[in-house]
Amino acid sequence: MTTIDDPRVDGLALVAPGAAVDASALQRPSVADMPQAIPPQRALPTPIRPRDVGWADGALLLGAAFSAYCAVWVVFYQLTLLSGAFGFFVCWFALFLAVYGFVTAAVVDPETAKDRVFVVLVVSGALLVLGLLVYIVGWVVLRGLSHVTTSLFLKDQAHFEPSDPNVLHEVGILHAIIGSFEQVGLAATIAVPVAVVTAVYLNEVRGRFSRVVRTVVTAMAGTPSIVAGVFIYSFFILPHVLIGKSGIAASLALFILMLPWVTRTTEEVLRLVPSGLREASLALGAPEWRTVWSVVLPTARSGLITAVLLGVAIAIGETAPLIYTAFGSQVMNVNPFHDPQGALPLVVLQNVRQAQAVLLYLAYATAFVLIMIVLVLFVLARVVGRPRNDKRAPLRTRLTSLALQAARRDRGAA
Amino acid sequence: MSVTAEAVRDVPQPGGPRPISIRTDRSVQDQVYRVITSATGLGTLVLLFLIGLFLLLRGLPALRIEGFRFVTTSGFETIGKNLHFGVAASLFGTFVVATVALVVAVPVALATAIFLNEYAPERSRRFLTAVVDLGAAIPSVIYGLWGIFEFQPNLVGFCTWLSRHLAWIPFFEVTTPKVTASLFVAGMVVGLMIVPIIASVTREVFSLTPQGEREAALALGSSRFGMIRTVVIPFGRGGMIGAIMLGLGRALGETIAVVIILAESFVISPHILQTGGSTVAAFIAIHAESGGPTGTAALMLAGFTLFLFTMAVNLAASAIVSRSRSGAGVEL
Repeated sequence: MTTIDDPRVDGLALVAPGAAVDASALQRPSVADMPQAIPPQRALPTPIRPRDVGWADGALLLGAAFSAYCAVWVVFYQLTLLSGAFGFFVCWFALFLAVYGFVTAAVVDPETAKDRVFVVLVVSGALLVLGLLVYIVGWVVLRGLSHVTTSLFLKDQAHFEPSDPNVLHEVGILHAIIGSFEQVGLAATIAVPVAVVTAVYLNEVRGRFSRVVRTVVTAMAGTPSIVAGVFIYSFFILPHVLIGKSGIAASLALFILMLPWVTRTTEEVLRLVPSGLREASLALGAPEWRTVWSVVLPTARSGLITAVLLGVAIAIGETAPLIYTAFGSQVMNVNPFHDPQGALPLVVLQNVRQAQAVLLYLAYATAFVLIMIVLVLFVLARVVGRPRNDKRAPLRTRLTSLALQAARRDRGAA
Repeated sequence: MSVTAEAVRDVPQPGGPRPISIRTDRSVQDQVYRVITSATGLGTLVLLFLIGLFLLLRGLPALRIEGFRFVTTSGFETIGKNLHFGVAASLFGTFVVATVALVVAVPVALATAIFLNEYAPERSRRFLTAVVDLGAAIPSVIYGLWGIFEFQPNLVGFCTWLSRHLAWIPFFEVTTPKVTASLFVAGMVVGLMIVPIIASVTREVFSLTPQGEREAALALGSSRFGMIRTVVIPFGRGGMIGAIMLGLGRALGETIAVVIILAESFVISPHILQTGGSTVAAFIAIHAESGGPTGTAALMLAGFTLFLFTMAVNLAASAIVSRSRSGAGVEL
């Protein structure tokens, strides 16, 4: 076995791209002198690793950053009297990129310069995004945490006295928590079966219209959330058909938003089920519906749960569709089928621009509860959806039992 | 007529095996299964149709009053004698917010997608991808809350800087005393909201780039940048455009963050840094139940307008994606 210590391997694998290679190494050796074909190590240039970054590269980076900083400082504060930290930073970064690219092109080579400037751009862009996302979540958590009280989870907003110094301990959002869970729960109860059946239609039945349906589902995924709410309002609430302003109206609006999302994710998960399993089941004589029910869906179970959890996580934070359906409420309403109902995102929205600091604190605390629920659902979805290796065993048992059933049926027929 | 040996072999010989029909008649159970799934699948078509139909139906009274002026004037006077309402300024604001959002979001989203696929350390890649995906699940009300209390105070300096030094560009000119609650700030926050959406879809498309072609580019002596430019980006171009259109659709329809940040005013002005503006989605949300029957009809009509716009963008997006070459299995 060749190890990495073998000088020949080292020399061949780690030669720098574009480096001058000894001409003898490039001549095609005849079969006769094959054993001598690999030239001795001395003939090769010093092996370097293409990704090696030496102190000189670091110095280039730092030097470019420093010189750009100085230049921008001079232009900014001494020559043109510009101002503002943000603008300074933007100018500094732009000039830094230019200097860095120019110097690297001069010192190393133009192709490497492009590569390095690109790396700096990509890494800083990504760090900016990741940093901002962590910043948002962290900010909401820290801001909200200090306003969380036990009464938050035990009371509603019925007894709100702004003048009371102890007011934060007198109000809570229990009504909104219950409302949100009822609305999203009902929405998921309707959306999940419909979405799974639609996904089965798209991926298993593959009917005549599946292309059209897929396009429509995709387009529906982009429907603005407010439109879903306004539609439910125009369909049910305005003409007073069946339901009025209530939790169930909110559920229906959330259903419209969850449906395309869960359908698309489910379809993607179903696509990952190996077709060999389907064929095995069909070959054993199982009807199509039985194949889907006992083989395809169970195989995709963890993926399905992930799809549902993510759908719920997104639905619970939707605010816009609730404006026209649940309408929000200050007091407890446990019945989702009658009368306006509170919801977590609505509490945040309605209290954001209030003059009273107490209401703003309530909004912060509610935002904290909301993001915690989203985080828990999200992490749960990730954990459930993590690829595992032991999924085959139970499936094989299922196929075996199908085979046994088939055998038994045949014996019965005989 | 000569008969070739091959043809003779294919002719069924008497006594030999005869070809049988392999067409299967589906059992009743399977027929029922097919009908049920097809009906559900087609149900989504019906649902989409109903959404458009009902918004238009309920908006008709408003359309009768204002007619085509609904999209050329702006205001919301729906009670009393002087009825006057329209979404011209809101349409303009929607367009501005979406443009700002895309200008901000697209470069950083693409950088994030490329970073996650090509540069992120192997060990932390899964985690970093999860962080970006989480961004798509953060409720918009939280983006709004953060935007108005944390982001805007920090952005004011930059806005002032832009208006002071780049005022010769008409967009950055400011005629009001303040630069808060502007279309620009709303667009920045909406841009941040659509970054995770664009980034995660693009990342998925990029990750489907065939390994062989990547390695071929590197083996030809290309740098990593060269490889990304000549292999990864052309391969994923369709998916990338689709992702951007998806983000655009979101930006057009974003409601809550805009409601929280933007101070409503019906002015059409190219000065995007100054206070005030309106978007269609925010218009619908702000005036909910406040304008009597005519107002409701006007809002339904506004909803229909928004629905048409986003539907057009989304259908165009799916068309572009399905026509492009990028990863056969990838669809948005």
